[in-house]
Amino acid sequence: MPMANSGTRDLFPGALEMMILESLRRQPAHGYALVQHIQQRSKNLLQVEEGSLYPALQRLLKAKQVKAEWGVSSTNRRVRTYQITASGLRHLEQQISTFERMFEGITLVLNPGKSPAF
Amino acid sequence: MQWTSKFQVFGKSRRHKALDDLSDEMRLHIEERVEQLQREGLTVKEAERQARIAFGNVALVQERSRDVWHWPTLESIWSDARLAMRQLRRSPGFTGAAILTLALAIGANAVVFSILNAFLLRPLNVAHPERLYQLQHGDEASAYQSYPDYLDLRDRNRSFDNLMAYTVDEVGLESGGDPTEVWVEEATGNYFDGLGLKPYLGHFFHAEDEHGAGSAPDIVLSYEYWHTHFQDDRSIVGRVVRLNRHPFTILGVAPKDFNGTLLFFNPAMWVPLIEHPALGAADNHDLETRGSRWIFETMGELKPAVTTAQATADLNAIGAQLEKAYPKDESKMTFKLASPTLYGDYLGGPVKAFMSGLMLLTSLILLAACANLGSLFAARAADRSREVALRLALGATRRRILRGLFTEAILISIVGGCVGVLGSVALLRMMSAWRPFPNWPIHLAVNPDSKVYLIALLLALVSGLLFGAVPVRQVLRTNPYETVKASSSGRGGRGVNLREVLLVAQIAICAVLVTSSLVAVRGLIYSLHAHLGFDTENTMLAETDLSMAGYGEDRASAMQKEMIHAMESIPGVEAVGLADTVPFETGASDTTVFADNTTDLRPKNATAHPVIFHVAPGYFRAAGTALLSGRDFTWQDDKSAPQVAVVNSEFARRLFGSVSGALGRFYKTKDGKRMQVVGVTEDGKYDHLSEDPSAAVFVSILQSPVVATTLVVRARSHQGSANNTAFDVDSLADAMRSKLRQLDAGMPVIIQTRTASIQVSMFAPRMATVALGVLGIMGAMLSITGIFGMAAYSVSRRLKELGIRVALGAQHWEVLQAALGRAVKLLAIGSVAGLVLGLFATRVLAFIVFQATPRDPLVLAGVVLAMGLVGLVATWIPAQRALSVNPLVLLREE
Repeated sequence: MPMANSGTRDLFPGALEMMILESLRRQPAHGYALVQHIQQRSKNLLQVEEGSLYPALQRLLKAKQVKAEWGVSSTNRRVRTYQITASGLRHLEQQISTFERMFEGITLVLNPGKSPAF
Repeated sequence: MQWTSKFQVFGKSRRHKALDDLSDEMRLHIEERVEQLQREGLTVKEAERQARIAFGNVALVQERSRDVWHWPTLESIWSDARLAMRQLRRSPGFTGAAILTLALAIGANAVVFSILNAFLLRPLNVAHPERLYQLQHGDEASAYQSYPDYLDLRDRNRSFDNLMAYTVDEVGLESGGDPTEVWVEEATGNYFDGLGLKPYLGHFFHAEDEHGAGSAPDIVLSYEYWHTHFQDDRSIVGRVVRLNRHPFTILGVAPKDFNGTLLFFNPAMWVPLIEHPALGAADNHDLETRGSRWIFETMGELKPAVTTAQATADLNAIGAQLEKAYPKDESKMTFKLASPTLYGDYLGGPVKAFMSGLMLLTSLILLAACANLGSLFAARAADRSREVALRLALGATRRRILRGLFTEAILISIVGGCVGVLGSVALLRMMSAWRPFPNWPIHLAVNPDSKVYLIALLLALVSGLLFGAVPVRQVLRTNPYETVKASSSGRGGRGVNLREVLLVAQIAICAVLVTSSLVAVRGLIYSLHAHLGFDTENTMLAETDLSMAGYGEDRASAMQKEMIHAMESIPGVEAVGLADTVPFETGASDTTVFADNTTDLRPKNATAHPVIFHVAPGYFRAAGTALLSGRDFTWQDDKSAPQVAVVNSEFARRLFGSVSGALGRFYKTKDGKRMQVVGVTEDGKYDHLSEDPSAAVFVSILQSPVVATTLVVRARSHQGSANNTAFDVDSLADAMRSKLRQLDAGMPVIIQTRTASIQVSMFAPRMATVALGVLGIMGAMLSITGIFGMAAYSVSRRLKELGIRVALGAQHWEVLQAALGRAVKLLAIGSVAGLVLGLFATRVLAFIVFQATPRDPLVLAGVVLAMGLVGLVATWIPAQRALSVNPLVLLREE
């Protein structure tokens, strides 16, 4: 898991994988590009230690939710590009829906709808 | 270490591709980041630093990524193992103690399991051993059948493919040179075919070759006998040899690894059972008498799809028919099926009981060893808690650290297991080569096989996991920051911890073992001084079988008288007796006796089943058996005189109510003969040491002649010499041999001392004692290492405190109490618990060991003393260390 820095929180388990899968759904990418992408999309709110991406990628590879092959990037360097697989897509859909439900629940608890007090 | 570097190359070549990719990938990732940062205007050095910070700990990332795949590659295992080896090399004392402890325990288990395997698990060397069953009487643990009964069972049963029968016999063999005695297995014609065997050489005898007694004078040699006595001579087939002076033709040689169907009993050859009368064997067993049960075992291969229950019912039905048809000969005829190897339940029962007991004790040893190692490991983990904390603080995962610990445990267990197995193999080889009974073809083939090795290795690994798991909680609970800050905080003295529980358990186990072994040893000492009812001193036995020299019953009596006279003429001989067999020799048989007023002489109406001995006049004096009242037999007690008997006191009590009331009274034999009691002897032991008092009857050998006899020759003890080797065994034996040769040169003779003849029956208690003694010593050793480990550990942790105590003027004993009080307390608790358990355990021993009673003050004192010694030895060095604490040195160190 990414290390906690002061002022940021640890991600919940599986969050990083979810974001990786989401990025890969848009387009296949190599590790460095994935980090860049996640940091930009999150407007740098999430401090992902770059290294922690790799164990996550290994987990996804092992679960056959992504596949990887060596190739050459647009900037002409040797890179290992990851692609989401069909089962990765299914897994992502499922993750997102459960995550949204959870997030909704937390939001409801933290900001209860305005109810007339008096 | 060159080979390790080779190994590394090998490891690299096998490395999983994914991991290679991974490190490449990460390197490229960092390069990319560095370029990016440089583009943003940082210097190369600064860019590299930033990139590394952003990426995090490369090695850790690698490891975490690698862990995802969960298949530790050969290389990672190897590197773990190398690390563990380094760690272990750093503490040779710990490593040595751990390996030795485990090797002992695994070795003991391997030996016991190997014996168990050979006794109970290993099937016969035949085609379908799992379908072979032995017939056994339903009401007793014996399997003897008569030949007519066997034929009926064979022909009427619908459950077995081939019902075979076999028995063992000793015959005189002449194949050129001196006559020798050999053990043979006499088997029915269907024996080899029924077992599905193929000859190594020549051919076997078959059922169709038999046409009644004397029609098949053929023998089949065992491979071993052919190899040792006929030097692998292939031209042997067709040669004629003489058994008991009768010609027999050698048909062939049995397969190499087939040693008959009796466990450990390796016959020299097989003879058709129908030749038994033709051998003129001494026992007068024939093929016609239905009531004469002399065939040792009957067995057969179950037909396919027949269950044991069906077969038993089938046999019982035949038994019931036979009971109806021959009420005079048959008593209750029911059957049980048993495994054929251990002579059915005859040996199977006691052997199984003892082996399971032994297996239990050795498992306890292993458990004790595990407890011991567990506490060693826990102590080690505590000693290394700072190192562990440091590694945790530097970002190692707890899993990683545990893996290291487990790797060490597994390494120790593998090495210890291998050492233990090697030791056990050496021991078992010796056992297999050993001939415990010189006169019997008994080979304890207990060599380990793959099953044993596998079990030993498994046990070692399981133990490794067991004791490796002890410190897990400790490591998981380690808080890196606390531990690093505090210099060394022992958790000593507060509450009870796991290690102490383990130690108490282990000491208790060891005390059980020590108790059992002391009880066994005490029992053995008792048995050496047990009252046998005969003398063993200055006495020789000479076994002869006149039938082997071609004598029949008619000529035997005269010859026996001559033999007695010949022995008496040897200078220095005081008394000579002769009997068909003597107590503790094999071959004593039971007989059935009835009260004088019984008319219906069916077995179920019998009053007693005494052991019967056929003796010549003068036997009691020679054997040293006291006549309490009445008289000995005389040479006038022959066939023309009234039938007389001498009984022992137990017999007198059972039949006539008292010893004094027995003289002159009558009892009936199963043939309806009335026998008059003319003498009463003291009681004795007749078969083995731990037997209950049993009735015995002696009859005159002149009235019921026997051809195979044992001479009892007692030499005069020299005045003034106290030891019983006062007579010269060898010269007396030579004199006896030459005298007997003069009488008949063709008669094989076996001469041994009376003391040696008891050894056979001492075998079981001796073995039990040796086994338990070894286990007891092992238990004591384990206790010592366990207590030592704990005491040494507690002293080393509390050195500073002890130093302060000394500085403040504590007395020696106060220091010792502070340092070792707890260890001693644990020892006491464990010993008491073990003693109590041991008293229960020894009840099991009473079956084997003579007078094994734990309620023996000597034994109790012995256990206490032994455990005390254990404690003393174990705490000696730590105590020295505690006493030699120098507070000044300690303070300087701080």
